[in-house]
Amino acid sequence: MSALLEVKNLVTRLRNGARIVDDISFSIRAGETFALLGESGCGKSITALSLLRLLPDGVVRAGGTALLDDIDLFGLREREMRAVRGGNVAMIFQEPALSLNPVMTVGQQIAEVLALHQGMGGAAAQQRSVKLLAQVGISDVTRRVAEYPFQLSGGMKQRVMIAMALAGQPKLLIADEPTTALDVTIQAQVLQLLRDTQAASGMSLLLITHDLGVVAEMAHQVGVMYAGQIVEQASRTQLFAQPLHPYTQKLFAALPHAARRNQPLVAIPGSVPPLGSIKQGCRFTARCDKAWSLCSEKTPDWTVLEDGQGVRCHLYAADAAGRDKGEGIRVDAAPRFAPSPLSRPPSLLQVKDLRVHFPIRKGVLQRVVGQVKAVDGVSLEIPQGRTLALVGESGCGKTTLGKALLQLIPPTAGSVQFAGRELIGLGAGELRTQRATMQMVFQDPYASLNPKMRVAEILEEGMTALNIESNSAARQAHIDTLLEQVGLARSSKWRYPHEFSGGQRQRIAIARALAVSPQLLICDEPTSALDVSVQAQILNLLKSLQQKLGLSYLFITHNLAVVEYIAHEVCVMYLGRIVERGTAEEVLRAPKHPYTQALLSAVPRIDGARGERIRLEGDLP
Amino acid sequence: MIAYLIRRILYSLPILVGVNLLTFALFFVVNTPDDMARMQLGIKRVTPDAIEKWKQQRGYDKPLLLNSAASGTDKITGTIFWQKSASMFVLDFGYSDDGRSIGREITTRMGPSLAIALPTFLIGLVAYVSFALLMTLFRATALDMAGVALCVLLMSVSGLFYIIGGQFVVSKLWHLVPISGYDGGMGGFKFVVLPIVIGVIGSVGSSSRWYRTIFLEEIGKDYVRTARAKGLSELAVLFRHVLKNAMIPILTGVVVIIPLLFMGSLLTESFFGIPGLGSYTIDAINAQDFSVVRAMVFLGSLLYIVGLILTDISYTIVDPRVRLS
Amino acid sequence: MSFVPVMLWSDALVFLLLLAGIASAWYVRQREHLLLPWRRVATSSVAMVSLLVLSFFLVVGLLDTLHYRVALPEQSNGKTVYSPEVLSVFDKLVTPLRAQTEKTYSAPLAVTLYAKESTSDASGNILRDYPRLRYGGVHLTDEQQRDGDVLWRGLTGALVGLMVGLAIVFGSKRWLAQRGWPLRALLIATLIISALIGMTVNLAAAYHVLGTDKVGQDVLYLSLKSIRTGLIIGTVTTLVTLPLALLLGIAAGYLRGWVDDVIQYVYTVLSSIPSVLLIAAAVLMMQVTIDTHPQWFDTSASRADLRLVFLCMILGVTSWTGLCRLLRGETLKLRELEYIQAAQAFGVSSFRILTRHIMPNVMHIVLISLVMDFSGLVLAEAVLSYVGVGVDPSMISFGTMINAARLEMGREPMVWWALAAAFGFMLVLVLAANLFADAVRDAFDPRFNRTEVVT
Repeated sequence: MSALLEVKNLVTRLRNGARIVDDISFSIRAGETFALLGESGCGKSITALSLLRLLPDGVVRAGGTALLDDIDLFGLREREMRAVRGGNVAMIFQEPALSLNPVMTVGQQIAEVLALHQGMGGAAAQQRSVKLLAQVGISDVTRRVAEYPFQLSGGMKQRVMIAMALAGQPKLLIADEPTTALDVTIQAQVLQLLRDTQAASGMSLLLITHDLGVVAEMAHQVGVMYAGQIVEQASRTQLFAQPLHPYTQKLFAALPHAARRNQPLVAIPGSVPPLGSIKQGCRFTARCDKAWSLCSEKTPDWTVLEDGQGVRCHLYAADAAGRDKGEGIRVDAAPRFAPSPLSRPPSLLQVKDLRVHFPIRKGVLQRVVGQVKAVDGVSLEIPQGRTLALVGESGCGKTTLGKALLQLIPPTAGSVQFAGRELIGLGAGELRTQRATMQMVFQDPYASLNPKMRVAEILEEGMTALNIESNSAARQAHIDTLLEQVGLARSSKWRYPHEFSGGQRQRIAIARALAVSPQLLICDEPTSALDVSVQAQILNLLKSLQQKLGLSYLFITHNLAVVEYIAHEVCVMYLGRIVERGTAEEVLRAPKHPYTQALLSAVPRIDGARGERIRLEGDLP
Repeated sequence: MIAYLIRRILYSLPILVGVNLLTFALFFVVNTPDDMARMQLGIKRVTPDAIEKWKQQRGYDKPLLLNSAASGTDKITGTIFWQKSASMFVLDFGYSDDGRSIGREITTRMGPSLAIALPTFLIGLVAYVSFALLMTLFRATALDMAGVALCVLLMSVSGLFYIIGGQFVVSKLWHLVPISGYDGGMGGFKFVVLPIVIGVIGSVGSSSRWYRTIFLEEIGKDYVRTARAKGLSELAVLFRHVLKNAMIPILTGVVVIIPLLFMGSLLTESFFGIPGLGSYTIDAINAQDFSVVRAMVFLGSLLYIVGLILTDISYTIVDPRVRLS
Repeated sequence: MSFVPVMLWSDALVFLLLLAGIASAWYVRQREHLLLPWRRVATSSVAMVSLLVLSFFLVVGLLDTLHYRVALPEQSNGKTVYSPEVLSVFDKLVTPLRAQTEKTYSAPLAVTLYAKESTSDASGNILRDYPRLRYGGVHLTDEQQRDGDVLWRGLTGALVGLMVGLAIVFGSKRWLAQRGWPLRALLIATLIISALIGMTVNLAAAYHVLGTDKVGQDVLYLSLKSIRTGLIIGTVTTLVTLPLALLLGIAAGYLRGWVDDVIQYVYTVLSSIPSVLLIAAAVLMMQVTIDTHPQWFDTSASRADLRLVFLCMILGVTSWTGLCRLLRGETLKLRELEYIQAAQAFGVSSFRILTRHIMPNVMHIVLISLVMDFSGLVLAEAVLSYVGVGVDPSMISFGTMINAARLEMGREPMVWWALAAAFGFMLVLVLAANLFADAVRDAFDPRFNRTEVVT
C-alpha cells in the first residue's frame, strides 16, 4: 500500500533562524491514523500548519517536501494550494470555541466549504449541511444549522468543526489536539466520532496530541516528537510494548498510576530546551540518564530496527553495542513513600451541606429570577494528613467549592468547620487568623504569580499579612527553607517569575502556600496545565511534603489517573452535588453511581484495554 | 433584547441629570451671576445698578436653588436652576444675549452643519476602512509600512494646517472654489466641497491606523486560521470573515458620533463661514454668551447619549451574541 | 546686575514632573524586568532618533522654565525694585533674538521690511521703497550682497556645527555601542541636528532666520518660546489625568459594587459632554474668575501662567475618562487572576492588593496612554487657542502664533512664514512624539510582542 502523504526532511524555522521543526520525515497510508505525540512546544502543531502552508507570521518553511498523492504540496502555486486546503486536506483545531467564526451561523460556515470544493450552493448546500451535521451526531439539526457558535456547547462546536472538515470530502484530516479543550466524557464521544467517520470514509488522520491515552485509542502509527525532531517512530503496538528512546520510556514511566502509589513517579528532570538552543548532539542529552559523551557531540542518526521501529538515539546505532538500553525503566523496588496506615485519622475539615448560589438577573429592573446552584448541598470530610480528591468535569462546581471553603466566595448556606471551628460567619479579623491554616495552589502557574514581584516578595507576602514570623530576618530564613523544601535553589528568591518554567513556577506557588504553615492545602488542578513529565515532578513533591509535614490535601482535578496515584479518598461531583464518595480504591475499582462509571470508562487507557465503554449522550446541562 | 434596550435608555436619564447639574454648577456656582455681569460690563467701572439690570435682562436675578421669597411651587420654579437649567430637559433653551431664541437658531443651523458633517462622515468612513483593509491585505510588506508611515505623518499635522493650507492652495492659488460662504440647495455645492475634502483628509491618519489595528487584531484570531484552512482566498477571508467581526469594535467608535454630526465642526464651520451650529458655538464662546454655550453643552451630551443608545441597537444588528441573549 | 528667581506655578509643576521622571527612571534602572521593554525601545532606530529630537525640544523647554526678574537700576526706599518682566534663562541666552525687534513684518532672511513705506531723503524728496531693517542684515552695505552672505554664513555655521557634532559623535560612539543602541541612525541624526543648529545660530546672529511678525518680533524666537507651552500642555496635564484615572480606574475595577457604580457614573457624565464644549465652558468660567480677581497676580506673566496651569487642569479633568475606562477594564480582568486570589487567601488588605498587585500590572497601559496622549494635547492647544479657549493671548504658543498669522491670510502677497514656522515646529515635535510613542507601545503592549511563537 503506498503512502497518501509522504513528508520528507521538513524544516520550519523562525525568521531569526531558530528551527522549530527540524528535519522531520514521516508518511501516512490511506485510511490510517498517524499520531504525532509530544509535549507542549515540541513543534507538532507547526508541523501540521507547515503541511497546509498556513504558518503564522514570522515562521517560514525552510526545506523539505510533502507529497500528497505524489503531488508536492510545497511546489503548488498558492491558488492550487487553496484547492487542497479544505478539499483534499482538512484540519480541525484545539479550541473549537475560538475556531468558529462567532458572527456566522453554523450552516453558513459549512456552506462556504461546500461552495468552494463541491460547487454546491443554495438549497443543495443547505441540505448537505444538515446531512453533515446529522452525520457528526448533532441532534435537532434543522434548528442547529441556523444557530451561531455561541449557542452550542464545546463538544458540539468540535462536531461542527468536524462536519465542516468533512464537507470537502478530504483524503486527509489533520486534527490538532482535537479533544484537549474538552471534558473527558465529551472527549470519548469526539474520538469515537473520528473513528467512525474514518471507518466510513476511509480518510487518513494525522492526529496531534500530547496524551498517551488518546494515542493508545486512536493511532496506527506513532511519531514521538521532542524539541522539533521525531525521536521515535513505531506502530502503536510496538511503541506501547517496547518504547525505545529514553524519552519515550520516561514518558510512560511518568504517568501516574495506582500501581505506583507508594513510590515516586519517574520524572524527567529539567525542561524542554528553548527553540534553536541546541545545534549539536542529541536534544535530550541534558535530561537523559543514559547519555554519555557521544550524545552531546554528535547528533544521532535515524536508526531503523529490523521490525521497522525507528529511533533517533545513539543507543541503537551500530557502534553503541553493549550499552544498557534500559528495557523499560527500572524502578526502585522498595517503596519510598510509607503507605498510609489503615485506620482513619480524625477529620481536619468538616463541610456540611454547603451551598453557593449565584443569582440570575433578568429584565428591565434586573430582578433576580433564579439561582445558579454552583455548589448545592455538599458535605465532605478531610482527615488529617490525607488527600481527598474532588473529581468532576468542567462546570460541576468543584473550583467554586474550593474557593468557598477558603471564604474567597461567600457561601450561601451550610457549615465549614476547620478543626472544630466554624468558619462561616467569622468576622474579618477572626477570619484572618484562620487563614494561615488553609491555603490554595492554583491551576495556571502563569497566572498565579504576580509577574512584577520577586520570588522572595511573593513568599513573604502571606507571612507579612498574617504576622507569621516576627522580623524580616526570620522571614528571610524561612523563605530559604521553603525554597529548599520545594526543590529550588536559594538564589531563586531574587528572581522574577518569568525566569522560571511552568513546573518551577508551580513549585514557587506551593512554597507560597506553605509559607504560612497551613495544615490543609486546596490544590485546584495543580498539574493540569503541565506536561506529563513535569506533572510527575509536582506530584512527587506534593506527596513527599505530605509525608514530611503531615499536610492534608483537597485535590481538585478531572484527571482520574492522578487521583488513583495521589488520593486516599475520592468525592465525585456532578452539577454541584457529590454523587459518590469513598476510598480511592472503592470508587475507582467499583464505581456505583452511573456517572462515575461513565467517567471512568471514558478515560483512555494506555494499556489498550478498551473494556466496555459506557457512553454518556449529550452534554452537561 | 427589548428589556436590554429599555434598561439602556433608563440608564441614560441619570446621566443627563448629571450633565445638567454639572453645567449648572459650572455656570452659576463657580462664578455667581454678579461675577459674570461684572466681567461682561467691564471690571473697573461698573455700578451695582448696571449689574442688576444685566441680571434682570437675562433672568439671572432670581435665587439659585430655592426662592424663599415666593410661595407654593414658585419656591422651586422661581429659581435660576428651574428656569435656566431644568428647563433644558424639555428642550427649552431660552434666549441668547442678542435676544434670539436659541431653540430656533439650533433648528435652522442644523441643516448647514449636517450638509458638511454627514458627507464628511460617510465618505471618510468608506475611505478609511478601504485604506485600512488595503494595508491589512498587504500587511508586513513595504506597502503596509509606507501606509503606516503616511498615517503617522498625516496625524502629526495640525488640523488647522489642513484647513489653512487647503484654503490657500485650492481657493487662493487655483481659484477652484470660493474661500468661504454657504448657500442652501444645489448652489451650495461649491461651498461644501472643500470643507468635506479637508474634513476627510484631516483624519485619514488616525482613523485608518485605528481600523488597521482592529483588522490586524481580528486577523490573528483562530477562526481566521479555520477560514484559511477551508481554502478561502485571502480576500474572501478578509471580506467575509474579518470585516464582519471587526464591525463590532468599529461600530463602538463610529455609531456614537452619528447624532453628534448635527453639532457640526467648530473649526471647519468657522473657517469656511458655514452658518451651522459649530460656528454658532464658536461665536458664542468669543462673545462670552453663556446661555448659548450652556445650551450647546446640554445638546451635545443629549446627542452623545442618543449615540450610545444607537450603538447598543447597532450591536444587536451585527452581533448575534447580543441579539439572541 | 542682580536678579530674583521666580517660580511660576507651571515651573513648579514641571520640576515636580522632572523629579518624578528621574525618580521613576532610577527605580526602573534597579529592576531588570522593568528595564527590559525600555531596552526594546532603545534598539529601535526610529525611537532613538525621535528621542534625540524630543530631547532637543526638552532642553529648550527646560531652559525656558528657569524664570527670574531683573533688578531695576532705581531703588525705592532703599529696597531693590524688580522689573515686572519675567525672563527665563532661555531668554537670556537668545537676548539678541528677543530684543532685536523690527517695526513690522519682514520675510525670512530679509534685509528690508515686507511693505513699502514712504521715507524722505536728505533733500526732502518722498520716496516709496522697502526700508532697511533695524537689525536684520544691517552689516551689509548693499542689499545685493545678501545672497552670498547668507550662503557663506549658512555654510560656515553648518560646518562648525558639523565639527561639534563629529566631536560629540566620536566622544559617545563607544558608549553607544556598548548599549546596543542603533549607532548609525543616532550618529547621522546627531550630525544633521548639529549642522542645522550651527547654521541657524550663525544666520540668526545677523538675520531674522524665519522673518518677523506684525510687531516685528523674531519668528524664530516665538517658535522656540512656543515649545515650552506645548510641552507643558502635553505633560502637566498628565499630573491631573494620571492620579484620577489610575486611582478611580483600579478602584472601580477591583472593588466593584457601589464604588464602581459611582465612578462609572461620574466618568460617563463627563465623557458624555463633547470635550471641546466642556473645555470651552470651563475655560470661560475660569476666565471670569481670573478677570474678576486681578489682585491675585503681581505680574502679567503669572496671570498668563496661572491660566495655562488651569487649562492643563481642565484638559486633565476632561481627558482622564478614557484612560480610567481602560484601567477599569484591565483591572476587572486582573482581579480574576489567580495571584490576586492567592493574596486574598492570605487576607491581604484591598489597599495592598491594589498597590502591590494591580497597580504595577497596569502601569504599561498608563505609560502607553500617556505617551500617546502627549502629541494629541500639543495639537489640541493650537485648536483651543484658535477657538479662543486656549492659553492667554499674551502667552507665546503655537496656537497664538497661528491665530495671529491667520488674520493676515488675506494679505497680498501672503505673509506665510509665521504660519509655516508654527506648523513646521509643531510637526517636528508631534511627529517625533508620535514615532516615539509607537515604539513605546510596541515594546510595552503584550499584544504587540509577537516575536515569540507559541506552538
